[in-house]
Amino acid sequence: MNFPILSVVTFLPLAGAILLIFINKKKENHLRYIALGITLLTFIISLFLYFNFNSSTSDPQFVEKSVWLGYGIKYHMGIDGISLFLVLLTTFLMPITILSSWTYIKKRTKEYLIFMLMLETGIIGVFVALNLFLFYVFWEAMLIPMYFLIGVWGGHRKIYATIKYVLFTMVGSLLMLVAIFYLYSAYYKATGTYSLNLFDFYNMSLSPGIQIWLFLAFALAFAIKVPMFPFHTWLPDAHVEAPTAGSVILAAVLLKMGAYGFLRFALPLFPSAVIKFLPFLAVLSLIGIIYGGMMALIQKDVKSLVAYSSVSHMGLIMLAIFSLNTEAMEGAIYQMLNHGLSTGALFLAVGILYERSHTRLIKDYGGVSKKMPVFAAFFLIFMLSSVGLPGLNGFIGEVLCIFGIFKANKIFAILAVTTVILAAGYLFWMFQRVMHGPITNDKVQSFKDLNKREIAYLVPIVIMMFWMGIFPNMFLRKMDSSVTHLLNMVNTKKATISQTQKGEDLLVKIDDHALEEKNKEKEEQTR
Amino acid sequence: MIPPNYFLILSIILFVLGVIAFFIKKDLLTMFMAVEVMLNATNLAFLSLARSANSIDGQVIVFFIITVAASEAAVGLAIILLVLRQKKTIKTEDIKLMKG
Amino acid sequence: MTEIFWLIPFVPALSTLILALFGTKLPKKYVSYQACLAVFGSFVISVISFLSLLQVSHESYPLVKNLFSWISSGSFNVNLSLQLDPLSAVMAMVVSGVGFIIHIYSVGYMAKDEGYTRYFTYLNLFMFAMLLLVMASNVVLMFVGWEGVGLCSYLLIGFWFEKHSAASAGKKAFIVNRIGDAGFLLGIMFIFIYIGSGEFTAINAAIGGGAITQGLATLIAILLFVGATGKSAQIPLYIWLPDAMEGPTPVSALIHAATMVTAGVYMVARMNLLYALSGTAAQIVAIVGAVTAVYAATMALTQNDIKRVLAYSTISQIGYMFIGCGVGAYAAGMFHLYTHAFFKSLLFLAAGSVMHALSGELNMKKMGGLRKYLPLTYPTFLIGAIAIAGIPFFSGFFSKDAILTAAYANGYYFVWGLGILGAVLTAFYMFRLIFLTFHGQERLDPKVKEHIHESPPVMTIPLVILAFFSIIAGFVGLPVVLGKKLNFFGHFLEPVLRGGHETHISHDLEWILIGISVGVALLGIIIAWFFYIKAPRIPERIRERFPRIYKLLYNKYYIDEIYNAAFVNPTVRGSEKIYDHFDLKVIDGAVNGTAKVTGFSGKILSYFQSGLIKDYALIFLLGVIIFIGYLIIF
Repeated sequence: MNFPILSVVTFLPLAGAILLIFINKKKENHLRYIALGITLLTFIISLFLYFNFNSSTSDPQFVEKSVWLGYGIKYHMGIDGISLFLVLLTTFLMPITILSSWTYIKKRTKEYLIFMLMLETGIIGVFVALNLFLFYVFWEAMLIPMYFLIGVWGGHRKIYATIKYVLFTMVGSLLMLVAIFYLYSAYYKATGTYSLNLFDFYNMSLSPGIQIWLFLAFALAFAIKVPMFPFHTWLPDAHVEAPTAGSVILAAVLLKMGAYGFLRFALPLFPSAVIKFLPFLAVLSLIGIIYGGMMALIQKDVKSLVAYSSVSHMGLIMLAIFSLNTEAMEGAIYQMLNHGLSTGALFLAVGILYERSHTRLIKDYGGVSKKMPVFAAFFLIFMLSSVGLPGLNGFIGEVLCIFGIFKANKIFAILAVTTVILAAGYLFWMFQRVMHGPITNDKVQSFKDLNKREIAYLVPIVIMMFWMGIFPNMFLRKMDSSVTHLLNMVNTKKATISQTQKGEDLLVKIDDHALEEKNKEKEEQTR
Repeated sequence: MIPPNYFLILSIILFVLGVIAFFIKKDLLTMFMAVEVMLNATNLAFLSLARSANSIDGQVIVFFIITVAASEAAVGLAIILLVLRQKKTIKTEDIKLMKG
Repeated sequence: MTEIFWLIPFVPALSTLILALFGTKLPKKYVSYQACLAVFGSFVISVISFLSLLQVSHESYPLVKNLFSWISSGSFNVNLSLQLDPLSAVMAMVVSGVGFIIHIYSVGYMAKDEGYTRYFTYLNLFMFAMLLLVMASNVVLMFVGWEGVGLCSYLLIGFWFEKHSAASAGKKAFIVNRIGDAGFLLGIMFIFIYIGSGEFTAINAAIGGGAITQGLATLIAILLFVGATGKSAQIPLYIWLPDAMEGPTPVSALIHAATMVTAGVYMVARMNLLYALSGTAAQIVAIVGAVTAVYAATMALTQNDIKRVLAYSTISQIGYMFIGCGVGAYAAGMFHLYTHAFFKSLLFLAAGSVMHALSGELNMKKMGGLRKYLPLTYPTFLIGAIAIAGIPFFSGFFSKDAILTAAYANGYYFVWGLGILGAVLTAFYMFRLIFLTFHGQERLDPKVKEHIHESPPVMTIPLVILAFFSIIAGFVGLPVVLGKKLNFFGHFLEPVLRGGHETHISHDLEWILIGISVGVALLGIIIAWFFYIKAPRIPERIRERFPRIYKLLYNKYYIDEIYNAAFVNPTVRGSEKIYDHFDLKVIDGAVNGTAKVTGFSGKILSYFQSGLIKDYALIFLLGVIIFIGYLIIF
């Protein structure tokens, strides 16, 4: 593969952003069409990744590797079965978000589009980077456009929300940076060469005591991003204040970066720490599921309701990831895509309502179905996808996750199943209050149904929802070998650990062992 | 040859005078000149030590300092002029823009 | 020809798709033709499949058509595959047959509704989901249909969503069903973990091979039954069905009487080996069924809403079906499902016809003496009532009797007793309904009376057809006492329902049991006649005599209120409390607290920033002195 397809997919939006700089900002429609064209083109190119993806290998594909800054800092990209779909999800949703903000954004259109395109580059970069330095650059770079998207085009508490969001994320990622430095120096000490290559770190064995600290640093960064309970409070604020497109991207893709980080870094790099913290993390995820659902139940603002539902859904995904078996892992990745589609779509739907009435409060609506029957149909499908109705995408992910969790721990699974009930509760209740009943608000009386542009960007989502619900194997098969490989990495270590362990606290034992050897050496020396 | 200590003592005297002037005087321009005195005191120290150590390094640094001092004087005077125009005063106790 | 059975669910599915995409642009007439023909197509294929099934030997049951591998991940493999065996063939015929008749009826009933196309789209979607549920060859696909019918039920209950009550009834139905579905889903998980496959053949083989223990079987069976209590409206999850009457009446007939609500019974019959292995679970099914049968019947006694009476009656009758399944007479349970589909949909449609005549009036207190205005509706309603009451030679008699006889024969005397009690109540409330509606004084609103008219033929013909079946449907399953071979229904299902067990009782005893059940049915009718025709003041007096009991029954034992107080409100209030006190105060408080501490310390430090150059220079000087001093001293 000579054609640097990953670089093209990653940097094409950035190139588009640079192009937009040179266009007169008064020509708003030109700007929009160019942005749309660029994102569509990116999507079409990224489809090439899907069709040429070799599902029989777990090695990274479409690899690009070249020298960059030296000292192990290389330009190294590649994708496997885990990141493939996250890249596709991003490129798929980007044109949709551009379309959705066509008339929603009324000021500074040019800057808005530039930030959106920069954001796309940042997100894709996170998913394709295999060099930790490159990864960290993208991870942080993605924050900047998001900061402005919420801070400039947000609601009336936008500054608070923006700063909260950025500070939360920064706290986590700075600790992660420290951990990356530690890995870097540890690798140099062990081998004498500089490397930031992820696969070099995979092969490195760290002492369990160190792993715990490094894992905590990584896990915090990712847990904030997911967000796992109790690091979730930035999410409702950010969602509520962000413009529609920002919410869509935030929910659909940015949250996945946390889960992806666990899959790609935290689990395979620090398996023994993972085993140690597994019950703790699983319980946190479980709390997230139920807690998020309960909080969603009583929200008065549609957007924060959907935001808390994200907390619940992501909890299920995290619990599945921590179940460490094939079904749960594939289910989790699948559910990540589902959540991206369904929650993204729900935010789009809320955005459509908001554009018409400029309120997000549930009580200001009622009887919308009467005025907007086509919209009602779309909204219903999105909601059903989110509650996991069979035939739509959500069901596949949910059932696989629950099965995998069940395989790992029955009690957890039984508690996790409450999500089925809670999700139906908060979403259907909201739907009833917003869409059904008599029309009480005069504004609703004047609502117009969807226009062609709005239908145009909602239809692809619906098609994907059905497609993923009816033919999940087209997606699952591409994940198989990567997931198996990942699990092997974690499980072999787990197996060796449990062999040595025999019911005692392993980490202490290994440390003791190392100490004993050192003591022996000393004794020998003194003799 | 005059021993370098003499020069150093002169340099210290000059420096201390600069410091005292800096603290006693109230208008910016004089304080600015005090800073110049201090700079030149250090220049003298550098030169004498370079001479006694028979090294060129000290002299090079002196050139650097002179250049920096020149540009600093230009920028500094410009700032003082602007302050004077805007605030109608260059008394330090009247200028507290950076108060926290 | 045996292969085409897999098309049964997909004909309505195709129709749904067309209606959903282009429905608004199609003329009304075309919509009705397409919707009805699609269901008729399913019915024809069902009949063909049924006939072809008769020619296949028992050993080759079930015929399985595997379409493609749906989900496969690790050890979780599910195929999109359908199966045909006597059980699914009977169900498919009942569902598509009754469904077709109700589709035709709807053409008339919904003619003036502006959501006409939407209605038929939903109805076709329902047919698809229901037939998928019936034909599925594995539990997961069955669950797909199971949830699918739940969705359609939600959509159709809330069909007139502008009405607040309709919208919230739909939501309630969906959420309550979801509670059951959660149990069902866990049952599926257990099946997959311990059996490794969701295919019914594999499950039956595993049970036959002794792969699962009795305790496990009980656990799975109970979890699945939790799903059934939701879908089939049994205690404790029945509360959604009475509210579901907010939907259009044909929907109540099709979904909330004939087909969807009996899905739980079908599921238990489908899993009969599991329930037979467990024993305990079967007993629970029987007891829940018996208690529900009586409990729901008592609530039907005092209702004045014609559709609500029928709704409670449905709950009660499904209880009977569960009694049949629980006591091991699966064939009898299925038989009652089959006859009930006819007479209950007849009753609902006839009630719909009454409503149609009276401009939507539902309150029986405002009816009376309608017999002469509705010459076709009245006799068909009467036939339905006789059938459900269990008068001999009508279909309900045979099926109810089969269940009660089996309950007695298998030693469930308590259940049998409840069943008999339920039978009295059933006959009573049905004839109370008849007498209040069609006999006695006219209590009509004068405005309503002006428009009173019999329904058009498109509505009455379905009534006649259903009435005909309500009379004759029972003759395919005659009691054993008349000759063992005459129970065609039971024989046909025997190869599938191997978990059932029969205990033979003497002919004399069986005749006595038949006599008792006929006797109690007549008793119920006579009491009703006495109360509402002969001496209409008696009910009043009873009400005055026992106001507490009457109030308890009239308010449906306050179960809705109790559930609200016990589950719904604590969840909502608790969530609000947690949100206010924990999420906003503790978690966000910690976050904002950190920010505040940072800001505060910044403020304190900012006092050192006097803004005076002298101060800075002084500090600078001090720093230099200290530094130099340090260098000199150390």
